[in-house]
Amino acid sequence: MFRTALRNVLAHKARLLMTVLAVMLGVAFVSGTLVFADTLSNAFRNQSAKSYDDVAVAVTSYADSEDPKAEPGVSRKTLDEIAALDGVAAAYGRVAGFAGVADPGGKLIGVGWSNKGSNFAPGKDGKDPAYAFTKGSGPVRDDQVALDVDSAAKGEYQVGDRVRVATNGPVKEYTLSGVFTTEDGAVNAGGSLVLFDTAVAQKQYLAPGYFQDVTVTAAPGASDTKILDAVKPLLPESAEAETGQALADKQAKQIEEGLGSLKQVLLGFAGIALFVGIFLISNTFTMLVAQRTKEIALMRAVGASRRQVTRSVLAEAALVGLVASLVGFALGVALAVGLRSGMAAFDMKIPDGPLILSATPVVAAVAVGVLITMFAAWLPGRRAAKIPPVAAMNSVHAAATTKSLVLRNSVGSAVTALGAAGIVLGASTGGSGGRMYIGAGAFFALIGVIILIPLLSRPVIALVRPLLVGPFGVAGKLAGQNAVRNPRRTGATASALAIGLTLVTGLSVLGVTVGTAIDKMTTDNIKADYMVSMANGGDLDQSALRALEKADGVSAVSPQQNAYFQLAGDDFVSVSAVTPGDITKVLNVDVVAGDIAALAKGQIAVAEKTAKKKGWKPGDSVAVTFSDKKKGALKVGAVYQNSEFLSPVLVDTKVVNAHEAKPSIQQIFVKTDGGQSAAGEKALINALGDNPAMTVMDRQDIRNEFGGAINTLLNIMYGLLAMALIIAVLGVVNTLAMSVFERQQEIGMLRAIGLDRRRVKRMVRLEAVVISVFGALVGIGLGAFLGWAIGKTLADQIPGYTLVLPWDRIGIFLVLAGLVGVLAALWPARNAARLNMLNAIKTE
Amino acid sequence: MTTASIAGRATAVAARATDLSKIYGQGETQVVALDRVTVEFRQAEFTAIMGPSGSGKSTLMHCVAGLDTFSSGSVRIGDTELGSLKDKQLTKLRRDKIGFIFQAFNLLPTLTALENITLPMDIAGRKPDKQWVDSVIRMIGLADRLGHRPAQLSGGQQQRVAVARALASRPEIIFGDEPTGNLDSRSGAEVLGFLRNSVREMGQTVVMVTHDPVAAAYADRVVFLADGRIVDEMFQPTADSVLDFMKQFDAKGRTS
Repeated sequence: MFRTALRNVLAHKARLLMTVLAVMLGVAFVSGTLVFADTLSNAFRNQSAKSYDDVAVAVTSYADSEDPKAEPGVSRKTLDEIAALDGVAAAYGRVAGFAGVADPGGKLIGVGWSNKGSNFAPGKDGKDPAYAFTKGSGPVRDDQVALDVDSAAKGEYQVGDRVRVATNGPVKEYTLSGVFTTEDGAVNAGGSLVLFDTAVAQKQYLAPGYFQDVTVTAAPGASDTKILDAVKPLLPESAEAETGQALADKQAKQIEEGLGSLKQVLLGFAGIALFVGIFLISNTFTMLVAQRTKEIALMRAVGASRRQVTRSVLAEAALVGLVASLVGFALGVALAVGLRSGMAAFDMKIPDGPLILSATPVVAAVAVGVLITMFAAWLPGRRAAKIPPVAAMNSVHAAATTKSLVLRNSVGSAVTALGAAGIVLGASTGGSGGRMYIGAGAFFALIGVIILIPLLSRPVIALVRPLLVGPFGVAGKLAGQNAVRNPRRTGATASALAIGLTLVTGLSVLGVTVGTAIDKMTTDNIKADYMVSMANGGDLDQSALRALEKADGVSAVSPQQNAYFQLAGDDFVSVSAVTPGDITKVLNVDVVAGDIAALAKGQIAVAEKTAKKKGWKPGDSVAVTFSDKKKGALKVGAVYQNSEFLSPVLVDTKVVNAHEAKPSIQQIFVKTDGGQSAAGEKALINALGDNPAMTVMDRQDIRNEFGGAINTLLNIMYGLLAMALIIAVLGVVNTLAMSVFERQQEIGMLRAIGLDRRRVKRMVRLEAVVISVFGALVGIGLGAFLGWAIGKTLADQIPGYTLVLPWDRIGIFLVLAGLVGVLAALWPARNAARLNMLNAIKTE
Repeated sequence: MTTASIAGRATAVAARATDLSKIYGQGETQVVALDRVTVEFRQAEFTAIMGPSGSGKSTLMHCVAGLDTFSSGSVRIGDTELGSLKDKQLTKLRRDKIGFIFQAFNLLPTLTALENITLPMDIAGRKPDKQWVDSVIRMIGLADRLGHRPAQLSGGQQQRVAVARALASRPEIIFGDEPTGNLDSRSGAEVLGFLRNSVREMGQTVVMVTHDPVAAAYADRVVFLADGRIVDEMFQPTADSVLDFMKQFDAKGRTS
């Protein structure tokens, strides 16, 4: 029987092409993901092992900088003690924080959040083992800095040039003393690294004479664990020590976990692509079996058992799956290599390392490809086994299985109803529990709709039929009827598209709804013309606030300064410290009770929900413990409506600053006299000393900042779902090719009685469009329903939530689905038009 | 029996092939399917083309009907010379001037009987002449079956719908390729009767390829083909006379 299977595969090469392509793409996605993750994780592991190669013991301080009684880190004295220990070759103390470098044009070099500054810690030999200087040397004076090679190249800086460096304070100019290479993670992530003289860095990031980290190198032959044991007693309470090996292992594990979730997400999308492929494969084998009815009946007549017939179909599937898997695997490896260089092109630096081809991806690729193909061919195989031997004797073509769809429809309706009930229940329950119900409901609804899709095809397509007949005449009429001729096949083809579009639409509805809500929230709440923040998302220095207050043309300035108070002996409450008076000019504060002007008198304002919970009213006095542990009492001056931009408690910055050495200013909101203008923005930037590390955002920038992430996320999702959509398109091509092949005689007759080639093409093309748009409609409907349900569970977390159906996007999806149909029909339509009429109408 | 026209018969020619040749392949493997055939099909005449398998009878019909290309010679339908036409013009010619009845696969399974009948007009974007279509339907006697789809009709009924379709657009000429080949004798007789009536009563021109002497007996004239050449013709044939001729012809073929 295997020989028969092999012959069949070879005989139907062309008809199996789409199946092979579909399996190949899915397998490529799976194996590409696995190989990419393996390669990446190996490279990162090697890198982290390398960066801890010389490190015997690493010390990290977790000191609380707000606690004035505790030591802020590891002192110089302790460092010296460690260095003097037996077996220690050297100990290097380090401090680090944010530092941004301006290029000659004043723009920040590198990715904001991973721009780092640290200290150059030379050992006795004057060298710091963490940095290999390619030009010049390390900074040893307080006006010197060193830069990593890539950042220096981006700024076109040479040793001896003046470089403007911003930390969270004002910008300073330094002389570039040297350029180095490093294995530092920040640099590898695409950021910049600035090295300062140790004293400068300590003053900037911690406190003079103190370090956050200490790396200890061992003398030859000394044991790491012995050093660790000796180091531990010397450390302050807030510091911890570990061997370099342990740290490297820990980091490797973190990397593994980080990549693991990326891998899972990618595999999830690969799974969707493969799932979509099942429909295509199943369609192909159904048709192959139908065409081979006589052949199979003959085999049965000469003594093949049912099982042998099924097995022969499955063997054929396995063979196809195997070939497709192997090609898919090769493609996957290419994909992994491409992805890596693609990431490099986007400035995401990935440490070098060999391409890792372990056994797992190979086995997984082949197993997935072969099993999926066999699974999809299983039902057609069973149907083949049911062909009676007598079918071989019938002169008439065995009619297509017109088995009633009653059972299928009842099962489908039940499953769909179950799923829909789950989704509705989830939507009304809300919260994460509700989302669980929705997840399960979505699964059942999708399966149910897939089962029901043949039934749906008739009424839905009947609905669009007038649109076909009107402008396209007889070609449109025939296309509409052809599309519902084999509801199972049309259903399976449309299902593939429907699955992709369910996900795409669901995500779009959700993304656009949430995005709109956030955007509305932003525009409703922010009255300021500009928002100033750090490029790395860190704290702004107080000097920036002072500078803005003094800037020309500024009418109101208030920081959004974070603090934590213990109110009324309770847990810590997040507090926004603001500038009284100005705050209401830059942010929308809806006062419910009392007077917000009371902030100027040192009183607090409390958000409505908190006030209600605690039972506070204006005039009440609340006991407070500040961050420096000092106690006091604050009077409630006003109650305001909760806002996403304000903490539940508002207070004057003066009250907070009396208790905090380093205020944590997240953003500064600025309102200017003339409203938004280029000159106004320039004045602010100048007031900030043209600091590359600070970003000044106008209202549009602010909206993008808060809503933009959602768009980026949506685009990534669209990209990942593209593979599933491509496979769905292959499915449409496949179905049309089959239909054209099966309807040769009809097409021949139509040509004979006068349908020209153009209209034959149009007929096939329209059929494709009808099937695609049908699938899209089903997907869009289900997706919008899911988006609504999930959105509902989020509604209480997003103030002002209202469902937004992105009609523009939905319209684009439908148009794209139509285009998919046209595209998919290119080849089958050409074939249909070129058909030799005489061969077609010849009786066998 | 000669090719001379018989007095009293309409002399207008609906289709004419002159020196028509069709050659497949080249050199050694060359096969001559039609060898300089000259034949006329007169208006309002029912012609049967007969001949043994491989005689070229179907090829002749296909070439004259604009379904197939030919190697040399000329074919005219009415005033139109087919040899110079491109596919697009040929398609239009078939649509507007020719009706077809094939042995099988005549009907589109998705269309009702009536829709199948009016299909050529639909394709042409013409409004069917309702009176005419009604009279055709009345003639074939399927008025109560018009809403049925082909799968719900018997083989004979399906062929009757095919005849109606060929007649409905009032083509200049109807070609039938073994139109009764798949039917039992009673259904076949009905279909042939309709074709003959259309010639007698409606003045339709019909050319039919068949290998069945009984079918040929419905025609006004039978043209015999062998080895790609016209070897003889017979007017007012009967089943017996045709059969006799075929027997003779077979015998001749064997002895020569």
